Amino acid sequence: MTATMPQAAVGASLSPAAVARIRADFPILQERPHGKPLIFLDSAASSQKPVQVIEAMDDYYRRYHANIHRGIYHISELATEAYEEARSAIARFIGSPCSAECIFVRNATEGINLVAYSWGRSNVRAGDVILLTEMEHHSNLVPWQMLAQEKGARLRFVPVTADGRLDMNRLDTLLDGARLFAFTAVSNTLGTINPVRELCLRARAAGAVSVVDACQAVPRMPVDVTQWQCDFAAFSSHKMLGPTGIGVLWGRKDLLDAMPPFLTGGGMINVVRYDRTTFADVPARFEAGTPAIAEAVGLGAAVAYLTAVGMERVARYEHELAALALEKLRGIGQVVVYGPGIEHRTGVISITVGDIHAHDLASILDREGICVRAGHHCNQPLMEKLGVPATTRASFYLYNTPDEIDALIAGLEKAKRIFKLT
Amino acid sequence: MRPADDLSGMDELYRDFILDHYRNPRNAGTLEAPDASCEDLNPLCGDRIRMDVKLHDGIIEDIRFQGRGCAISQASASLLTETVKGKTVAEVAALGKDDVLANLGIPISAARLKCALLGLSVLKRALKL
Repeated sequence: MTATMPQAAVGASLSPAAVARIRADFPILQERPHGKPLIFLDSAASSQKPVQVIEAMDDYYRRYHANIHRGIYHISELATEAYEEARSAIARFIGSPCSAECIFVRNATEGINLVAYSWGRSNVRAGDVILLTEMEHHSNLVPWQMLAQEKGARLRFVPVTADGRLDMNRLDTLLDGARLFAFTAVSNTLGTINPVRELCLRARAAGAVSVVDACQAVPRMPVDVTQWQCDFAAFSSHKMLGPTGIGVLWGRKDLLDAMPPFLTGGGMINVVRYDRTTFADVPARFEAGTPAIAEAVGLGAAVAYLTAVGMERVARYEHELAALALEKLRGIGQVVVYGPGIEHRTGVISITVGDIHAHDLASILDREGICVRAGHHCNQPLMEKLGVPATTRASFYLYNTPDEIDALIAGLEKAKRIFKLT
Repeated sequence: MRPADDLSGMDELYRDFILDHYRNPRNAGTLEAPDASCEDLNPLCGDRIRMDVKLHDGIIEDIRFQGRGCAISQASASLLTETVKGKTVAEVAALGKDDVLANLGIPISAARLKCALLGLSVLKRALKL
């Protein structure tokens, strides 16, 4: 495999022995759907969970479950400590200078909605421009459409080039007059890695606040929000080995401090009278109600796991798998790969095979124990632009192997035989 | 070419006549001045089907469909147009899931049921059933 590695993959990756050890931590990989070993190639939708995450949540429920903050007893203090330690771990993981900048939300979708409702509704005015890109997931498009409709603001989009990258030549023109620029760090459909720091710096130079959808980036590459120079970034736990039901909105402290609450109720207040309320400081101001405590503990364990493996190594290994898959896919006739060349992409690969619809392809692969995603990937406008109703997407993560890519290739060949394609 | 038994049940699903209806849909296209028409899509997968119907004395005199989507949804819609041509609206109203599956004659998993039933659901909506 190393002989075909591109330049970008040079450096420490994961050895086959290291991957074998990692795989042993994921109980689900022992499952045998349809009597075949489970080959999970849908981690961009949601990753699997190591036993360390599952046990951390189990341990919390068995030994120290209690509501956090204000509980004047031992196990509540333990729970509060674990919840806040998870916040600190995430802050360190993404290079946040201060853990109060990490707000626990339900998922990245809620994080983006929080910015759209709280920052957006107090800062965006009629006629303002909200800049997005043509490759946004619906979660980083629909909240801004709603805000634009409500405020009479205008949406603009950075075009996607034929090779699946952002058209940087148009950026400064499009940023002219923009209040906010929301974009994804990594395309969930094309696998494109966007130049986040440059996009953030150019947004700031144009006077726009930057919102980074970091859902596909935080799980698979080293992320440092200070280096990115972004203003907000949102990501979900369940794509990075953690549980569902929790995600993180990171925001610059001075921006968060000036923002009104999003959801209101218990836990986010200072003083409540019958007719008025003063609100808590961040992050509590944005965490109304009892939060997902077990999930925070699980996410903390996921961050510890990824940190122990090393995000540089995760990124390099995934890049190697992507390079290998691209090379093998090129060897099959009638396969079209969408997105940029290997130097600009991560291990998310969208394809079509002849006239086989993505759902038929996914059904056939399923019978081989191979899990892929088929459809529009919450990216309908981009699909329209690509001129395909749906693609089949394979995405790789630290527990996947070169053998599994071979199985994918064999599955595609079989699908071609079933559909009588040559 | 490997033997058919290597295809682990999938040749059951994608039988020749299914692929034939997928690649050569019957009654494909649209009608000039349909008496009834409806277009709908399955938002989960983006499969899309439009049905145009020409009625005469409560009988489906002509029908055309246009769509894009998986082999199951398109073949099922194509087969349906053959079934309903010449039938009364009341007879179409009586058609259900079992009729569609019997027509297809292949094992349809729960995840793919919506694909198989999209054509009938669009036709029924066109006929306001």
